Amino acid sequence: MAQKKLLLGDEALALGALHAGLSGVYAYPGTPSTEITEFIQGYPLTKERGVHCAWSVNEKTAMEEALGMSFAGKRTLVCMKHVGMNVCADPFMGSAVTGANGGLVVAACDDPSMHSSQNEQDSRFWGTFALVPVFEPSSQQEAYEMMRSAFEYSERRGIPVLMRLTTRLSHSRAAVACVDDAEAVPQNTLRLPANERQWCTLPVNARVRYKQLIKDYAQFEEDAVASPFNRLQDGPDKSLGIIACGIGYNYLMENYPDGCPHPVLKISQYPFPKELIHKLASMCDRILVLEEGQPLLEERMHGVFGSDVQVLGRLDGSLPRTGELSPDCVREALGLPAPDLYPASEVLAPRPPALCKGCGHRDLFTALNAVMKKDYPQGRAFSDIGCYTLGWLPPFEAIQTCVEMGASITMAQGAAFSGLWPAVAVIGDSTFTHSGMTGLLDAVNEKADVTICISDNLTTGMTGGQDSAGTGRLEAICEALGVEPAHIRTFVPLPANYPEMERIIREEIEYHGVSVIISRRECLQTLRRHAKK
Amino acid sequence: MKQDIILAGVGGQGILSIATVIGSAALEQGLYIKQAEVHGMSQRGGDVQSHLRLSTDPIYSDLIPHGGADLVVSLEPMEALRYLPYLSKDGWIVTSSVPFQNIPNYPDLDRVLGALRALPRTIVLDVEATAKQVNSARSANMVLLGAASAVMGLLDPDKLRDGIRRIFARKGDAIVEANIKAFDAGLLLSQKDR
Repeated sequence: MAQKKLLLGDEALALGALHAGLSGVYAYPGTPSTEITEFIQGYPLTKERGVHCAWSVNEKTAMEEALGMSFAGKRTLVCMKHVGMNVCADPFMGSAVTGANGGLVVAACDDPSMHSSQNEQDSRFWGTFALVPVFEPSSQQEAYEMMRSAFEYSERRGIPVLMRLTTRLSHSRAAVACVDDAEAVPQNTLRLPANERQWCTLPVNARVRYKQLIKDYAQFEEDAVASPFNRLQDGPDKSLGIIACGIGYNYLMENYPDGCPHPVLKISQYPFPKELIHKLASMCDRILVLEEGQPLLEERMHGVFGSDVQVLGRLDGSLPRTGELSPDCVREALGLPAPDLYPASEVLAPRPPALCKGCGHRDLFTALNAVMKKDYPQGRAFSDIGCYTLGWLPPFEAIQTCVEMGASITMAQGAAFSGLWPAVAVIGDSTFTHSGMTGLLDAVNEKADVTICISDNLTTGMTGGQDSAGTGRLEAICEALGVEPAHIRTFVPLPANYPEMERIIREEIEYHGVSVIISRRECLQTLRRHAKK
Repeated sequence: MKQDIILAGVGGQGILSIATVIGSAALEQGLYIKQAEVHGMSQRGGDVQSHLRLSTDPIYSDLIPHGGADLVVSLEPMEALRYLPYLSKDGWIVTSSVPFQNIPNYPDLDRVLGALRALPRTIVLDVEATAKQVNSARSANMVLLGAASAVMGLLDPDKLRDGIRRIFARKGDAIVEANIKAFDAGLLLSQKDR
């Protein structure tokens, strides 16, 4: 390797993709995955080679665009946070049936402990669900190297590869040995699939292909047994065997600076290499399973009837049932002595995140509260995913719900039909184009009695200010979807405009149909950045 | 030889610039490094921390174990206390004394500073005043880094100065010099304080 670079796990993955001959990345921003696409956008080779790197409207469109690129024979990467997998589940499941032509890698970054997410989801489940292989790097170096292997594997076996990262690897830096840009793999040329038939999933084709996929999955398992990323290492102390998946391996080794005395199976490529697991089980009476996320393997090892081997992990309480792993909880599970610690300080207060001082979302919430709390205390505000979800916290307490991208408009509609009034929705501009537009069309078609506030800060704010797909066209989009022009209102959220803002909100609540209020002022974070340029 | 450092502060205060300078110096010195950062929601005025690990040997975990940190470097006094369970019994705390009060229930400042001074190895500095004194008002974080470098065994202050030059080079000579001056002022102050 020619050089060393200090890279986040996300960036190492991105550079690995570029050096493996990437032709396009397709993604929607989401913590902790955003830096993959941002790195590709800023890297010189991207421009030189004309690599596609513009943000997609959502994860579903991203996955489909990438699938089209794979159809055309080129190497492509799709990136998202774990919940993005739910949004692109349809094309992702479909891609297992069509298979891949050009290498297709789907990077899903999970967020155990919910540092910046609404749930914990282990994306490895998608591998067994869709019957696709999963790669799970344990280090930044592995993330870099695995991208090349993943593209090669995807093309050799004609199947998408799911690359699973978690927050700690995505957002941790290490020195990564990498090749020079000049040594990057050349990009593929346009090459149509040899097996074009399986790309049209009519039942007549899909039935044939599904049977083949199940056969292929057995091959993927053999490949996992032989994979250099999966390794069974022996140890003298056979009272315990350890299976360490992904970065679980690091927490294990952290606790044994002089080497682990127990036999260890390190897993970074799935399906689970059963043969290696059996081998480990035949050596030891007890097995500790370290998985960053949900107890996927542990549950399978227990099975329905249990087995002769005692399995320790998240289900028996050896490890916490929720949250990410840490060197500390792994130490405890290994039964190693605790170090002498300072107790937690008593002079501490929690410091939750808050909306920036002067942020436009604040002014919208202030005006909305002035109207709702005073005149319509029976009403509710359904909200969505973004910085403005912080409006649930004091001092605003202006919204009552947040579920997933786009749910504000549709939930308000369901509640309005049930007799709740006023039913208000608060959604950001990027979330609106991601998954709110279709719900708005439903509301228009049903003439729902809802008041929708789009808090437009001209960017995707929470993830650090990426382009927002509908900037400058929100009124046109709402009008095209059928909202009456007289009930598309806009204002600038500023304290000086409170009287006007409150009047408009009140008027639109009193209108018994679909109204959209666009509260528009640029995000302070991007404004500051633009001012510097 | 290893050095495990927790960098602490409030989202937006600039702990990542400190981490970037240390990372650059460590890479230049041929050390192994891992640096776990906080991105996303917490950056909006919440508590943030970075686990920075340096070693002459390969490093496995991206996170520092409890009781393992040789050093807690904090841009905010209460935030320094938040990571006490991470601090080794022989570890140092180097922190700014200036509170960042963006929450309604911020504890009494004297109690915060008292709890810090009750610990055996603590350096508490008004990094903002020091930065102003040397006409580098916007480089308070480099004052803190300078102060911490006095107890940072693995990294040479000269290597850190080189790191500052590399990281701030594209912002021009004036900014580089302001940051170096801030760093030196911090180093001097903490040498006196010890």
